[in-house]
Amino acid sequence: MENLVEIRDLRVEATTDAGRRIEIIKGIDLDVAPGEIVALIGESGSGKTTIALTIMGYARPGCRISSGSVTVAGKDMVTLSERQRARVRGLEVSYVPQSAAAAFNPSKRIIDQVVEVTRIHRLMPLAQAREKAISLFRALSLPNPEEIGNRYPHQVSGGQLQRLAAAMALIADPKLVIFDEPTTALDVTTQIEVLRAFKAVMKKSGIAGVYVSHDLAVVAQIADRIVVLRGGDVQEVGSTADILSDAKHPYTRELLSAFEPKSRGESVVVAAPEHAPLLKVNGLIAGYGPVQADGLPLVKAVQEASLSLERGRNLGIIGESGCGKSTLARSIAGILPASAGQLILDGHELARSARQRSREQLRELQIVFQHADTSLNPAKTIEEILGRPLKFYHGMKGKVRDARIDELLDMVRLPKTLRSRTPAELSGGQKQRVNFARALAAEPKLIVCDEITSALDTVVAAAVIDLLKEMQRELSLSYIFISHDLSVVEAICDEIVVMYNGRKVEEITPAISKVPQHPYSKLLFSSVPKLDPSWLDRLERDPELVKTYVHG
Amino acid sequence: MTTSTTLPRRVSYRFSWVGMIGFAIILFWAVIALLAPHITPYPVGEIIDEDYFGPISSKLLLGSDYLGRDMLSRIIMGARYTVGISLAAVCLACFSGAALGMAAAVIGGWFDTLLSRLLDALNSIPSKLSGLVVAAAVGSSLPVLILMLAVIYTPGAYRFARSLAVNVNTMDYITVARTRGEGIPYVVFSEILPNITGPLLADFGIRFVFVVLLLSGLSFLGLGVQPPYADWGALVHENIGGLPFGAPAVIVPSLAIASLTISVNLLIDNLPKKIRDRST
Repeated sequence: MENLVEIRDLRVEATTDAGRRIEIIKGIDLDVAPGEIVALIGESGSGKTTIALTIMGYARPGCRISSGSVTVAGKDMVTLSERQRARVRGLEVSYVPQSAAAAFNPSKRIIDQVVEVTRIHRLMPLAQAREKAISLFRALSLPNPEEIGNRYPHQVSGGQLQRLAAAMALIADPKLVIFDEPTTALDVTTQIEVLRAFKAVMKKSGIAGVYVSHDLAVVAQIADRIVVLRGGDVQEVGSTADILSDAKHPYTRELLSAFEPKSRGESVVVAAPEHAPLLKVNGLIAGYGPVQADGLPLVKAVQEASLSLERGRNLGIIGESGCGKSTLARSIAGILPASAGQLILDGHELARSARQRSREQLRELQIVFQHADTSLNPAKTIEEILGRPLKFYHGMKGKVRDARIDELLDMVRLPKTLRSRTPAELSGGQKQRVNFARALAAEPKLIVCDEITSALDTVVAAAVIDLLKEMQRELSLSYIFISHDLSVVEAICDEIVVMYNGRKVEEITPAISKVPQHPYSKLLFSSVPKLDPSWLDRLERDPELVKTYVHG
Repeated sequence: MTTSTTLPRRVSYRFSWVGMIGFAIILFWAVIALLAPHITPYPVGEIIDEDYFGPISSKLLLGSDYLGRDMLSRIIMGARYTVGISLAAVCLACFSGAALGMAAAVIGGWFDTLLSRLLDALNSIPSKLSGLVVAAAVGSSLPVLILMLAVIYTPGAYRFARSLAVNVNTMDYITVARTRGEGIPYVVFSEILPNITGPLLADFGIRFVFVVLLLSGLSFLGLGVQPPYADWGALVHENIGGLPFGAPAVIVPSLAIASLTISVNLLIDNLPKKIRDRST
């Protein structure tokens, strides 16, 4: 037997609420050689996780493997009994989930959970298992390997927890490890450490891997072979170098093109320079917790941020999780009233709380949230969602309003037939377009976009960014664009503000200089994965800098 | 089931047969309550049987009570009181409870704290006991009964609605509505209510059962519906003397109470489910 995993004509069916069966995996073939890392890449709903789970003989509730075979080390996982499968799981095939935080039991010490596999399969005595776990912690370059296992899951950071989850998967020396988007939830500077650790351990012990991801650049660093999936079907298979340099399938090219750096193009400066800026933020402080003696909150998420945005231009705010970028957006919109500082929109000072702002001021400044799922009321139709701001701000009724709703749908490139649907019946990209159309309905001057593309697939996100640019040309809007994704911000913004730990550390104007000066900005910019497969190995980071700024 | 749902853009519902049975029994009692004066075979107050606690016969389908009155007619009229009073009380309780609960969740702050503590205090008094005290103090008339039952069951409905609304209130679409400048009534009734109607209806059902049982209990103790009127609880109370004789007069009203409460439970546990099938 040459290959470790051989999947032949695999089909997986799902049963809908109405009792209909639909095929979600449509007869795929896949091989994984011993020691090889194969990446499954595709957008959400392409079946990449479903395929990865079938290697353990598992199908999620409501799904079942309807035909085909999944041979792992000579055993067909499809025909094995549940008891026999359990013997293979953890021992020969193991799994690293996307969210390690959800995979660990918060009430047990980490080491007890890591060695659990050896106890279940009666592999080795406890003391030996603990020793092995500690050596794995060391191999995964976790800080303080002897002690870290005695902590509880909430006492370690996200990047560390992800590596501990990998240790849990590796403890029984499996032949194959399935990684299900293990770095998607991590910051870019943390992601590098985790990827490096994974890569080193896998190469050293010659374990085969199946790496599920939607991020081509991450996959390029770790995989030997890439399988491109779409709609439950294999689109293209090839070695990493081949896929990156010589993609045959149009869909693969589409994925690749989403990575090409897009220049902002010539910026459209509508107003003459002598005009006052559209938005001016002076020394804004905002945070959470009880108010202290100095009138400021206990935890200051944003500390003295000052920004200025010209009409028709865009401002990008980037930073990693916890840097205060979303809090800044919320205090600009008045959702979380700032404790100190001044907000001036179009020459008029804004009240800190949205409740004290006039309807006209509220209309001029709209905010669009990251999760279209929670931003659109699931009990309402698209028509009602878009109709409300029209009635509320512009007093539109009846036919006029109907016509305007059609116009708005048309603007965001959605068919009019969606009017009577509820948000649950739309795709992620469609929902985000509706979310954006609702902000447009108010006819604002400024739209604050809080991570609006981060929940979307690469190709869909690129389309949404194009839409934003187009709207700007047509409606002379300004955006404040908040994101952790540098490429997205670079694609649309005239100016970029880098935030770290609640403070603005640098302001960059890409048109003038693309090179960041501040050490943190440098670190952040250099941490964004590139499509080049040798990028991770060549990347050199100043250890002092990493120590100061990376807490993963 | 599979063929009917493949039609595009048609909302389908799935309704289990258990739920349908529950619904049918509720409908049956509702119709009886509505049409009561027109379908009673004999006048309610008239003594027509020379024997008391008479057995089931072709003339008296459910026998006679302790005075020799027709039991069927009394059950039919009793349905009016049991269903009517309970429904009025539960509507009042659930409406005020839900409105206050949602408002408390949205407004928050001291309004929420004050209202919650006040209703908690009310909730801490045992329901039967407070019912007894009120009925004994101000006397038992129909409006007093309805109001008392409504007040007793408002805190529960409030708690339930508030906890649901608190969850919905953290959603981004509520933040969007508030930054749009919407007022509290719009947020409560247009943004929150449509998302919690299902659970609220289920709560309405459970609370209706509680009210029926409390009302029947009070009437059984002689503090509920007063003679010459009688609800089902009062009918059990009146005819409790027939128990040693196995008279239908004491069994039938008990069965009526059981059938109503059980079928409401069956219905709310098996409410029609909307079939989601996005792929069509």
